[in-house]
Amino acid sequence: MSRAEVTAPPPPANERETVIEVRDLRVTFQGRVGLIEGLRGKKGTQSRAVDGVSFRLRRGEVVALAGESGCGKTTTARAIMGLQPVDGGEILFEGDPLPRDLKPYRRKVQMVFQDPTGTLNPRQTIYEIIAEGLRIHGIDRGPNGEPEEQLVAKALSRAGLRPPDRFFLRYPHELSGGQRQRVVIAGALVLEPEVIVADEPVSNLDASVRGEILQLMMKLREDLGLTIIIVTHDLGLAWTVADRVAIMYLGRIVEIGPAEDVLLRPEHPYTKALLDVVPEAGGLERPILTGEPPDPTRIPEGCRFHPRCPVVESGRAAELGIEARCRTEDLALREMEPAHEAACYEAFLRRDGAAPD
Amino acid sequence: MSVLEVRDLRVTYRTQGGGIPAVRGVSFDVDTGQVLGLAGESGCGKSTIAGAVLRLLPASTKIEGEVLLEGENVLEMKPGRLRAVRWTGASIVFQGAMHALNPVKRIGDQIAEAITVHQQAGEKEARVRVGSLLEQVGLPTRRMQDYPHELSGGQKQRVMIAMALACSPSLVIADEPTTALDVMVQAQVLRLMKELQSELGLSMIFITHDLSVLVETSDRLAIMYAGKIIEEGPAETVFRSPQHPYTEALSAAFPEIGDQRFRGAPMGLGGDPPDPADVPSGCSFHPRCPKAFEDCSVTEPQLYPAGEGRRAACLLVPAAKTTTGVGT
Repeated sequence: MSRAEVTAPPPPANERETVIEVRDLRVTFQGRVGLIEGLRGKKGTQSRAVDGVSFRLRRGEVVALAGESGCGKTTTARAIMGLQPVDGGEILFEGDPLPRDLKPYRRKVQMVFQDPTGTLNPRQTIYEIIAEGLRIHGIDRGPNGEPEEQLVAKALSRAGLRPPDRFFLRYPHELSGGQRQRVVIAGALVLEPEVIVADEPVSNLDASVRGEILQLMMKLREDLGLTIIIVTHDLGLAWTVADRVAIMYLGRIVEIGPAEDVLLRPEHPYTKALLDVVPEAGGLERPILTGEPPDPTRIPEGCRFHPRCPVVESGRAAELGIEARCRTEDLALREMEPAHEAACYEAFLRRDGAAPD
Repeated sequence: MSVLEVRDLRVTYRTQGGGIPAVRGVSFDVDTGQVLGLAGESGCGKSTIAGAVLRLLPASTKIEGEVLLEGENVLEMKPGRLRAVRWTGASIVFQGAMHALNPVKRIGDQIAEAITVHQQAGEKEARVRVGSLLEQVGLPTRRMQDYPHELSGGQKQRVMIAMALACSPSLVIADEPTTALDVMVQAQVLRLMKELQSELGLSMIFITHDLSVLVETSDRLAIMYAGKIIEEGPAETVFRSPQHPYTEALSAAFPEIGDQRFRGAPMGLGGDPPDPADVPSGCSFHPRCPKAFEDCSVTEPQLYPAGEGRRAACLLVPAAKTTTGVGT
């Protein structure tokens, strides 16, 4: 990376360098069948967990991937980490496809998991937990020749565990939930990554503790220039921390754009529905989508949201003459406002007064 | 008229390491047809209160104070009377609906059991009642033939609600009824509970850590911290203009989308909720309180009047000054 322009102000977010690009990502899970049925040659149903996801992650930004359970947000995150075999599409890191040997890549892209208690080995001390990443990557000195102990201490104090040496010999069970999540974050930071992928990083924490962990993530972005993907079901959280929000439904991004646009001026009816159920005073008067979370083994034809879509259900789609397309023609994201994309025929109409070809 | 009056309730769990005071002197009323929201973080004692009201806690637990359910003290009931009161006097919807149902019994039979055991109704009568209960919670009657695994999470929670209503109790306690559910299903279940509540005029205690859910469902709010109520009042005003710094922090954890104060600036508290076995002196919140001053570590605040129908346990409440003589 060039350091020539240190004094120049950072370019606007949409012109910044792309760190990770996801192109038409597809992940399929094969359902299982019983032994007898298997011998008869019957195959389990396929579940298209991620079904054509594309987006770019720019350096230094925070992107929230949001949606209901089963929408593919966690699978997308895992695929980006190389933790999930991919059935189609590409993931590019700084312009290059992921190499066969993922070790150097994993050093630069680190994951923070949801459940800190399950992530930390209960029999390791905090020091061992943090140093393990360094040892796996064969790092015994820092860039300026610092010894391991100093690197571990730096990671802990960056994660807000101060003074760090007080934590070295402690075990995870001696720490509170918030502190454990900080240890997980320190474990990711010790390798000096460029990107952090955080899967529901605060959903297992007490409400009053969440803010602190989110503040920490914002500070790390500020101080270290980290790029962050946050997977969350909580749009309020996306509002507080994300620069951009991507709303996923049944394995696709159905709307993506700057957080203000997506959350305050949503284009897609699914985004609107999600925003309508965010609890707040009087919120129960608003419409709620019926039905259970969608099933990725049976992705509907046409727009995948049409069976639950209030625009189709209310007859408005028919009025506008787009109902047939909603029901039969699959569609891709289109730009609504600069940098704000959505995949909805009604939104397309609103945008240019006529259905696109 | 109050369905439930709780007076100076104290609950101490006995462990090998000594007693752990989970609830340390809590008093509140639930008025007929009203919903009381009980909020707080893990370990604050909110679920213990639910357990104490129905006496579902381990036998070794020490429970003091009074729990008057329609005027009768639950804590002094003989086992036979207690069994009669559970489900008919007060019922509970637990948080893990997935695990609260018997996996090898049809759901219709499970609901019917609650009715026949408690109301001496015949099999046939019970059947009819089960059918209408299922309809009430938005499930088709034929689902009574289903086993729990055939239902989704939201449907199971509806069955739990039907079961809680089976004997027309005077009080329903809902302990984190939607925590394990997806956002959309959570909204559906909340709406159902709200509709049933106003249709049937139910009196309810709604327990959750999610303050935004409580504002939506409750008439009054009581915020708990370290085994005590630290603020109470009408739900909307407590959430919108908290008097206690802890309530303020808790409500900031559920920011409203569009509120520019929170954009790029998550708000949180330092530290962690206290260990019930080792509660700080004075105001139990003082080590985490951004507004704490010297006296807070010494003087334990009581609930002082703090506006119309409101009380808050903070030395910064103007009424505290006259009561304690503590200057700010």
